[in-house]
Amino acid sequence: MTTAIEIRNINKQFVLRHTRSLKEALVWLIRGRKGDLSKKFHALRDLSIDVEHGETVALLGLNGSGKSTLLKHISGVMLPDSGTVRTGGRVAGLIEVGAGFHPDLSGRDNVYLNGAILGMTEAQIKEKFDAIVEFAEIGEFIDTEVKFYSSGMYLRLAFSVAVHTDPDVFLVDEILAVGDEPFQKKCLAKIKELAAAGKTLIVVSHDLDLVAHVCERGVLLEHGAVVMDGPVGEVISRLRNR
Amino acid sequence: MTSGRTSPTHQDAERALVAPGTGNGLADVFRSRFLLKLLVRKELRIRYRGSVLGLLWTYVKPGVQFVAFYIALGVFLGLEQSPTNRGGLPNYAVYLFSGIILVNFFTESLSTATRSIVNNSGLINKIYLPRELFPVSSVWVSAVHFLPQMFVLVVACLFSGWRPGLVEAYTAVAGFLIIALLATGLGLFFGAVNVYFRDSENFVDLLLMVATWVSPVLYSWRMVQAKAGDLWFSVYQLNPITIAVEAFHHAFWLPTTAGAEGSPPNLVTLWIPVGLLVSLFILFLGQWTFRRLEGRFAQEL
Repeated sequence: MTTAIEIRNINKQFVLRHTRSLKEALVWLIRGRKGDLSKKFHALRDLSIDVEHGETVALLGLNGSGKSTLLKHISGVMLPDSGTVRTGGRVAGLIEVGAGFHPDLSGRDNVYLNGAILGMTEAQIKEKFDAIVEFAEIGEFIDTEVKFYSSGMYLRLAFSVAVHTDPDVFLVDEILAVGDEPFQKKCLAKIKELAAAGKTLIVVSHDLDLVAHVCERGVLLEHGAVVMDGPVGEVISRLRNR
Repeated sequence: MTSGRTSPTHQDAERALVAPGTGNGLADVFRSRFLLKLLVRKELRIRYRGSVLGLLWTYVKPGVQFVAFYIALGVFLGLEQSPTNRGGLPNYAVYLFSGIILVNFFTESLSTATRSIVNNSGLINKIYLPRELFPVSSVWVSAVHFLPQMFVLVVACLFSGWRPGLVEAYTAVAGFLIIALLATGLGLFFGAVNVYFRDSENFVDLLLMVATWVSPVLYSWRMVQAKAGDLWFSVYQLNPITIAVEAFHHAFWLPTTAGAEGSPPNLVTLWIPVGLLVSLFILFLGQWTFRRLEGRFAQEL
């Protein structure tokens, strides 16, 4: 077993700035500096975690506990204020389906664009193209502009691209609720297939039953710190009994 | 990346732990040139979507601008040489057009590059990719729009008796490079600052408004030298846009005239290398600032 993700004592503070304008700053100065122009919010506190290759981890916690922020640190979208994050192998996020989709491009162009955004090479996209279209059940509409797609078709295609990027570590944030029920089942089956193939999964979801289904390990976050780390069933029951 | 995992050692090397979100700046852009290509293609497809003229707008806009300037400055203000106006510039139309298209390339590049980070916040917030890609692709798109105008210029020059030599080819390429590097550097700088202070894009608009006028696009460099004196003229010459415009004049306009006007002294040997160096320095500065600021893009956008 090799380490996929190694996080050591990371801290992240967000500055919730109310304003940047000169006018507001002047008013604040004239009024005798009452109140703060900016407020700080501790999103992650001294958080450490290790994930081995092949593990399936559920990040659990209430809204605002820092789950998505942690995922963003793993993907490199955010950098910690202190502490270190290191990852091994290629990391790809199914963080928000369709973030890179452009409505005025055809389905085909969007597959290429999104595949490349998620780190695939031209050869890889060409090789997987048919599989992506088939999985998304788009068929003949692949050369139609995406803005004419139904929302279900749109999400299916986006999910299909993401799931075919074939990284070593998959970050999944609240996206398993895609499309109608048959397609959701298909997505779930695909995710489990990835897990069975030895991919590392980090899943954030409020759907606890689903998470229990997919993951083995659970990590409970509270106010940006790990409060429990263990088998997913135990962590979920603790979260439910709060 | 995933193919070719032949031996365990190879796989271990691939899975060596690295810190995510820390790239190599512009070097990463080169590495993701396939993505760059797709981003440029996307931009070209959607820029003129739903318009009847489509890409023809890249001809119409500079064309109309050129005609307006030509009539106002060339004819009314007497910048064009004619039998009744000996003091004007010969072939003023070529002079004007070669400068205008280059400055338009700069204007479009910098204005879109400055907005590129904020406009792509949806992606930058969610997925890590070399963020330099956005300003660089903006400049690239502008270069694609610049190309047809360049073609018109070359045709017009050939009709005016233009026979380029090696020096002309060098100054043309140098002029283009100076502008491309400068626009990328400033685009990286203002694009990154724009995330924190949206004043940046307004400041750039201001800058672009005067860009046409502080370089010898509409008038001749001799007028500046006559009014400003040698010292201030040298300061004026330090502006890379000025050097690039003069390089373009040297390449396209000067060979179509009797050559009496001439280019500024030492343009080819001294000023063009200086322009390239200044642009490179600004590119370096832009990249440096960009890397200092990009760590907090996701939380500020």
